[in-house]
Amino acid sequence: MARARTVARPTIPAPEKTSIVLVVNGAERPLKVAPWTTLLDALRDYLDLTGTKKGCDHGQCGACTVLVDGRRINSCLTLAVTKDGAHVTTIEGLAKDGTLHPLQQAFIDHDAFQCGYCTPGQICSAVGLIAEGKAKTVDEIRELMSGNICRCGAYPNIVAAIEQAMGQS
Amino acid sequence: MQKYIGTPTSRIDGRAKVTGEAKYAAEFNAPGLVHGSVVTSSIAKGRIVRIDASDALRVAGVIDVLSHENRLPMASTDSAYKDETAPKGSPFRPLYEDRIMFSGQPIALVVAEEPEIARFAASLVRVEYDEEAHVTDVFRRRDEAVSLEPSTKPPESIFGPPKPRGSAEKAFASAEVRHAGEYYVPIEHHNPMELYASTVVWEGDGKLTIYDKTQGVQNVQRYVCGVFDMKPDDVRVMSAYMGGGFGSGLRPQYEVVLAVLAAQALERSVRVVLTRQQMYVLGYRPAMIQRIELGARPGGTLEAITHEAITVTSQYEDFYRQESGWSGLLYTCANAKYVHKLVRLDLPTSCDMRCPSAATGVYALECAMDELAVALKLDPLELRLRCYSDRDQNTNRPYSSKSLRACYHQGAEAFGWDKRSPEPRSMRDGNELVGWGMATGIWEALQVPIAVRIVLSANGHAEVSCATSDIGTGTYTIMAQVAADMLGLPMENITIKLGDSTLPQSPVEGGSWIAASVSNGIATTADAIRGELLRLAKQMPNSPLADAGPDEVALADGKLVSTPDASRAVSIVDAMRHGAVDRIEQEKSTTFADDGSKGHNTHSAVFTEVKVDEQLGVIRVTRVVNAVAAGRILNIKTARSQIMGSVVWGIGMALHEETLLDHTFGRVMNANIAEYQVPVNADVHDIKVIFVDEPDATINRLGIKGLGEIGIVGVAAAVANAIYHATGKRVRDLPITLDKLQR
Repeated sequence: MARARTVARPTIPAPEKTSIVLVVNGAERPLKVAPWTTLLDALRDYLDLTGTKKGCDHGQCGACTVLVDGRRINSCLTLAVTKDGAHVTTIEGLAKDGTLHPLQQAFIDHDAFQCGYCTPGQICSAVGLIAEGKAKTVDEIRELMSGNICRCGAYPNIVAAIEQAMGQS
Repeated sequence: MQKYIGTPTSRIDGRAKVTGEAKYAAEFNAPGLVHGSVVTSSIAKGRIVRIDASDALRVAGVIDVLSHENRLPMASTDSAYKDETAPKGSPFRPLYEDRIMFSGQPIALVVAEEPEIARFAASLVRVEYDEEAHVTDVFRRRDEAVSLEPSTKPPESIFGPPKPRGSAEKAFASAEVRHAGEYYVPIEHHNPMELYASTVVWEGDGKLTIYDKTQGVQNVQRYVCGVFDMKPDDVRVMSAYMGGGFGSGLRPQYEVVLAVLAAQALERSVRVVLTRQQMYVLGYRPAMIQRIELGARPGGTLEAITHEAITVTSQYEDFYRQESGWSGLLYTCANAKYVHKLVRLDLPTSCDMRCPSAATGVYALECAMDELAVALKLDPLELRLRCYSDRDQNTNRPYSSKSLRACYHQGAEAFGWDKRSPEPRSMRDGNELVGWGMATGIWEALQVPIAVRIVLSANGHAEVSCATSDIGTGTYTIMAQVAADMLGLPMENITIKLGDSTLPQSPVEGGSWIAASVSNGIATTADAIRGELLRLAKQMPNSPLADAGPDEVALADGKLVSTPDASRAVSIVDAMRHGAVDRIEQEKSTTFADDGSKGHNTHSAVFTEVKVDEQLGVIRVTRVVNAVAAGRILNIKTARSQIMGSVVWGIGMALHEETLLDHTFGRVMNANIAEYQVPVNADVHDIKVIFVDEPDATINRLGIKGLGEIGIVGVAAAVANAIYHATGKRVRDLPITLDKLQR
């Protein structure tokens, strides 16, 4: 029953792959990527780090937020080849030796998620937000977290969780 | 024994979700996995003349391009495609034939070794169409709408309009105070955060393990078996986590059909992930034109209610819910009339979306009630109290419980409603006009047959399983709480398994029915476990429970305890050791007998504050108090989150959400999550949730009603009413955007 209609000699070649090294959660991860591969797809499809989520692939929802060299970015809008040598922190890299990052614990304590799909992006975004040091008030947290959509509507709990973690840092 | 039920317990799946360990449908891998990218129709109606995949097939890494022209056999009867939630009609069959019924219809699947290659090659597939004229505008078809008649035959009896009572026309004509208005709700889309996806693992021998995004694994399993004529044992559907459903995953969606087709054709594991744009054909909240007529006496007594609704569906299935019926149910009124008409358009079939029927129907009713209060010169809350009914007015029966009056009082007090000045534009905060509005919410308390298996081990651990889903609702956690209490074990000794079609029977998770159903299901099975433990305990020498009857013992703190004399007890571990059993397994079904003598509903009172920039018309919802009566609350923490999330949905419905169609092309114009606007963090301010105490001794053993829907009901109306109070401007079509305030 198995069949394939692949033509004997493809005339449209797939793009050539480039060797890069991403330092993901502290570990060097060499990989070969095509120029069209986003950092998000590199993480999910090629490094099997599926904690980083795809919600729109257009930089509209924030589910794919990771930290690159300490700054929060949308990994779906970032081509992996442009990040050769960069330090990438994903949700998988936040807990240390089994102890949750204060934000991860705060998200659990405040029930700052329901379905959990936007959660890794929310938490990485909040890590970046706290590092930026710009948000001093609740309104500023709300504004600076508005690039991360939560369709379950956990926003008040997300803000409470970030406040708790900010108080600890 | 209730140590956990009712407490603010953190989610037991919380750690998995905050660490990225929780795996969703597109995140499972398999050796040799290949990737499918969907090609969709660019026309709304017509036939495919030719699909030219030659260029796509020339791309290195492309394995195949599947379409109706070359697919493997699929079932040819409608019944095979009817899932457990399918409406009347002829379900859509993905990749079945050349007919195009809506724009964005899947017409081919490009399968490649890598996802990027599949996506690129999909852009090279050329399609020729024979196009036909289409209509996607509800207002153009309004006069050809088909009337739904009251019926005694399910499902029409459930979803069709209720029987009228009295003479609403006469009573309205002679009423001293009247209000009539037309209200519009546009098409809305669920937009769960997770993209629809299916990973089909080819297990060999024709067996498939399918990781699918769905609210019902057994529904999908039966559907796949029907469509592909497969044996039940050969298809296993899994969905341990779901990144949001809100009704979009009640019916099996097309990604699973395409992925199974490809897996069978290639005898390989296949993953198909839809794009955000492609998700705009998976069903939607139907656009709805509603006309409400209310007649009253000057004192505020309702004399007449007429609720006419026109809703939207496809050309091939008639989806509708009882949108109009809420109006005559809620308030005391001798005369009520309902009209529900259906407009068939060249769109996909509409479907359930969070609190289907009530979110929209009650929106119109509660805006109309606000307008009536203005006409009567009565406080809007006072009008609701004067029309209060202790009976379901449609069926004239009492409720098993109804604490709406307490919702009104506690909500109003928490909000400070008594400080409201009645005149529009009379409250202000700097440049902003301040408005306070309120509305009532109502939803059903449903329960469905369900089966639960419990395996108790001699070490005092229990595994509780059921094929239900946790779509973010907190089902894992409440199941563990209920099981721990029913089995008298610490919660950490409970393991919950769900989201697997091989587990005991469960319907889809929807309608707010799972919490009540699965919790009582656990109680039933725990009884059987307790019975078995008692049998073992009685066999022990000098058993302190030798004379205990089955209803005279309870499980608490790891022991079987005599309820008349708590000093007589046997530990679970001892009973099992003496009986030489290392596990006790019980699986029981639970059904919910209902003689129809009582109404079962949840209620709420919603109070909102808006601030509207006087010059720009920018609207902010600054405060919401939602007081909810929904029977026993299992988990205060996750329950509060459910209601809070629903309030956010209500804010979106009031101010943001609208699917815009280009009627020339019959296509969604804003099929993305930036231009289809949903509330973001900065849109959401202070939300207070109050759970009103509502004991219900008869609805079910544990007195549970469910919470997923009730929180949204009334919110859009309360916001709209607050905007009127702030500005003096009544906008009757959602969403209320600032341009509408300037008109």
